[in-house]
Amino acid sequence: MNAWKWLALAGALAAALLVAGAVRRRARDSAAGRRFLRHPASTPGVFVLAFFVTLAVAAPLVAPYDPDWMPGIVELQNRPPSRLHPLGTDIYSRDVWSRLVYGARISLGIGALAMLVAVTLGAAVGAVAGYFRRWVDAALMRFVDVGLALPRIFVLLMVVALWEHVPLAVLVLLIGFTSWFGTSRLVRAEVLSLREREFVAAARALGARPGRVVFRHVLPNAAAPIIVSAALGIGNVMLLEAGLSFLGLGVPSPAPSWGSMIFDGTQKMAVAPWTSVFPGLAIAVVVMALNGIADGLRDALDPRREAA
Amino acid sequence: MTEPLLRVRDLKTYFVTEQGSGTARAVDGVSFEVHPGETLGIVGESGCGKTVTSLSILRLIPEPPGHIRPGSFIEFEGRNLLTLAPRELRAIRGNQIAMVFQEPMTSLNPVFTAGDQIGEAAVVHQGLSRKAARRRAIDMLRLVGIPDPEERVDHYPHQLSGGMRQRVMIAMALICHPKLLIADEPTTALDVTIQAQILELLDRLQADLGMAVMLITHDLGVVAGSADRVIVMYAGQVVEQAPTVELFARPLHPYSEGLMASVPRIDAPPRQRHGRLHTIPGQVPAATAWPPGCRFHPRCPYAWDRCRQEEPPLLDAGTGEPGTHTVRCWLLTEPRRRTPRP
Amino acid sequence: MTSWLVRRFAASIAIVFAVVTLTFVLIHLAHGTPFLPTGDRPLSPEVIARLRAQFGLDRPLPVQYVKYVAALLRGQLGESFALRRPVSDALADAIPHTVTLAGAGLFVDFLVGLALGVYQAARSRRFADVALGNVSLFFNSMPTFWLGLVLLLVFAQRLHWFPVGGVGDPVLCPTVSSARCLADRLWHLALPALTLGIVGAAGTARFQRAAMLEVVGQDYVRTARAKGLAERRVVLVHALRNALLPVISLLGLALPFLLTGAVLVEWVFAWPGMGRLTVNAILQRDYPVVTATALAASVMVVLGNLAADTLYAVADPRIRIRSDA
Repeated sequence: MNAWKWLALAGALAAALLVAGAVRRRARDSAAGRRFLRHPASTPGVFVLAFFVTLAVAAPLVAPYDPDWMPGIVELQNRPPSRLHPLGTDIYSRDVWSRLVYGARISLGIGALAMLVAVTLGAAVGAVAGYFRRWVDAALMRFVDVGLALPRIFVLLMVVALWEHVPLAVLVLLIGFTSWFGTSRLVRAEVLSLREREFVAAARALGARPGRVVFRHVLPNAAAPIIVSAALGIGNVMLLEAGLSFLGLGVPSPAPSWGSMIFDGTQKMAVAPWTSVFPGLAIAVVVMALNGIADGLRDALDPRREAA
Repeated sequence: MTEPLLRVRDLKTYFVTEQGSGTARAVDGVSFEVHPGETLGIVGESGCGKTVTSLSILRLIPEPPGHIRPGSFIEFEGRNLLTLAPRELRAIRGNQIAMVFQEPMTSLNPVFTAGDQIGEAAVVHQGLSRKAARRRAIDMLRLVGIPDPEERVDHYPHQLSGGMRQRVMIAMALICHPKLLIADEPTTALDVTIQAQILELLDRLQADLGMAVMLITHDLGVVAGSADRVIVMYAGQVVEQAPTVELFARPLHPYSEGLMASVPRIDAPPRQRHGRLHTIPGQVPAATAWPPGCRFHPRCPYAWDRCRQEEPPLLDAGTGEPGTHTVRCWLLTEPRRRTPRP
Repeated sequence: MTSWLVRRFAASIAIVFAVVTLTFVLIHLAHGTPFLPTGDRPLSPEVIARLRAQFGLDRPLPVQYVKYVAALLRGQLGESFALRRPVSDALADAIPHTVTLAGAGLFVDFLVGLALGVYQAARSRRFADVALGNVSLFFNSMPTFWLGLVLLLVFAQRLHWFPVGGVGDPVLCPTVSSARCLADRLWHLALPALTLGIVGAAGTARFQRAAMLEVVGQDYVRTARAKGLAERRVVLVHALRNALLPVISLLGLALPFLLTGAVLVEWVFAWPGMGRLTVNAILQRDYPVVTATALAASVMVVLGNLAADTLYAVADPRIRIRSDA
């Protein structure tokens, strides 16, 4: 890896530091922000997330090699970390660090997109159920009960088995469609309490249609559980995608999602552990950062704390 | 005069607040005594420090935000409670000094039966077996006037009404026959009729068991009916201390005056009855920023320069033996100023 | 309490039915023939004919549905062509292994998690709490199968302290016939159970810590102290008993996690349970097995939730005994 790449890496770290610093400064101004900062894992979480997002965005600048380049399948395979390859090479002699960097795009991207689908669905269903109550609520919540009863991975595996070829976009949608049930419960609870508040009565007195009341007035106030769900959701989705890719059923090769990188390295784990260990470590670190941020957000946005 | 059972001198309990709002000096130099067998009423609005005072006696103040300042002195039967080792303090809690709290629903553990909770103190302090403790708990339930005690002893708190829960709390406090009962707003959360019953119960038990009672309340009516002596607290300090009859007949501190006047009277003349209710203007200041000088001066109808600059000590009102009626007010030195400004 | 339980039981049955319907719909959307292979997988013509008749595949959809459900109730789950045996047999062999693994994982999870949560709450905000909290956050964030791989690498392949996989020694101990065989089974169970348990424990610890901290601030804890009880008794008897209640509902959430994790962990450790069965089936396009395991997993989750709810109802006197007040 040459000097420019080290510089690019340093640049990514610096960018992450800047973001973390900026977040800290802004947060100190509000009581909610201060509650966020009180968590020991929240600021480091912002830093780590910012770092990996920068890596993902600037992948071509940071990665020293093409992630699919196999310079010497036999001679250069499974090389331990060295000056040329800071994290070693994998079974096909591809540079692990480059694949990790490009993999950030895939893993984070899938995580974010699927989470978006899940949170949107969950918030919408939860809000409708909580606002309209009665049979709408009962029907939707039965549906949610069923959804929560199905272990996600079995459902996904079943779908993958039944449709032999699942394109990536469909995979993202599927993961999203199976991940919204928990969010809907949380949002429903929040909406149930919000609908008794005066601003809802005011909106209805103005003649607003129920849909408008729900989406323009109630939901923005229910932002707290939605945001926390989102932060946690990305992490959960990343873990789920990693699991699927690890089985060879998620992101298709040769795309370097972190889960499929672990899959690639499993066979020669005894000989070349770095090929599986580093991508897993990356997942652990990013999910940990997301969980830390979610914890901080949960405390920061908790309306009950406002009184303190 | 007999030796006091409890002697509190210069108690100061402060709380550290977050975000640098400063230290809340909830109790700021409180002194009083409780004699065996007497009922001492502690009266004041919320925020005056009466609950913190009562919690400080048994050292139940949560330590990280709160702490009892050195220089405070609490003596029970000659022993300094503030310097006792934890084990010795625990031997006094629930045993010699017991406490009854304000909210009987949240103060009782929802997953244990009434009998278990009542008997626990007897098991811990008097070494009773569980069966003996249960029998004793049934006796206590009968003593506090709960019907069908043999059944109720196995009920959980959520199966009991508010009045019954408070009786259970009292039974729990009294099972070891403490010498001093601290009752913090024991009737506030209850209906008026139940209030009367509970107060009557406390009176009777006190007479039967010969114990002293510290009755903390914001309700003057409660104090008038039950207390022998009264302490009025404001802004973390004692502002007046007198026998009950004396206090109600001649409240000397402007705050006490205001409190008495605020109670609507059925026997007031018609014009007064249909006019506006008397209030004390202003609000209780925050514990982090007590006003300088006399803490009541911003709300006092008589205040003059001295009040704004110098904090008055507790002065003797001169009625009866020294120390019977004390007042924290400069009016005692300049009685002619006791005319309300226009 | 009984009426509440009956309602929960009825709801559980309804959910299972819904899941069954869902799988039926999915299968029909995919290729329209439940329990039958498509494509080029060989299956003897007699078996095919038998299955066709059984499931009435030429009949209209509602009839097929009824026959499907009837078949399920009879325990007929079709034939696995990859394994050349009835799916129900394969499941019957595999499920006990998964239950063992999930059970052991649950045991480790709650043992470590509860202790850690109580300890962290007692040392709240101090160094031990913060440090343990971060460590536990890390373990809760890692892919379960990755932890399995790492543990396998370090403790089995490098240190040789544990076996590399499998349920037991197939030659010397095909069944648990002696104490030595039991020990052998436990030895094989250790790493996979630890993998599931550690990741789960991290989550449980966080939850339990929060529950303890909330309970310890309650008025009845102050009452207990005012009675002169030792701090240990206040925490372990008065506080914990209440803090355990929400944790019981955590049991219900733990089940899907354990089953999901079991799929991947079984794969890593070559554990012959439902998960491994499913993955193998997928790789071989053995649809009957896949749908059957999805159903079985769902039923297990529903039953587990029911069990957790019952436990909660028994443990919380406010639900167990309705108030007369």
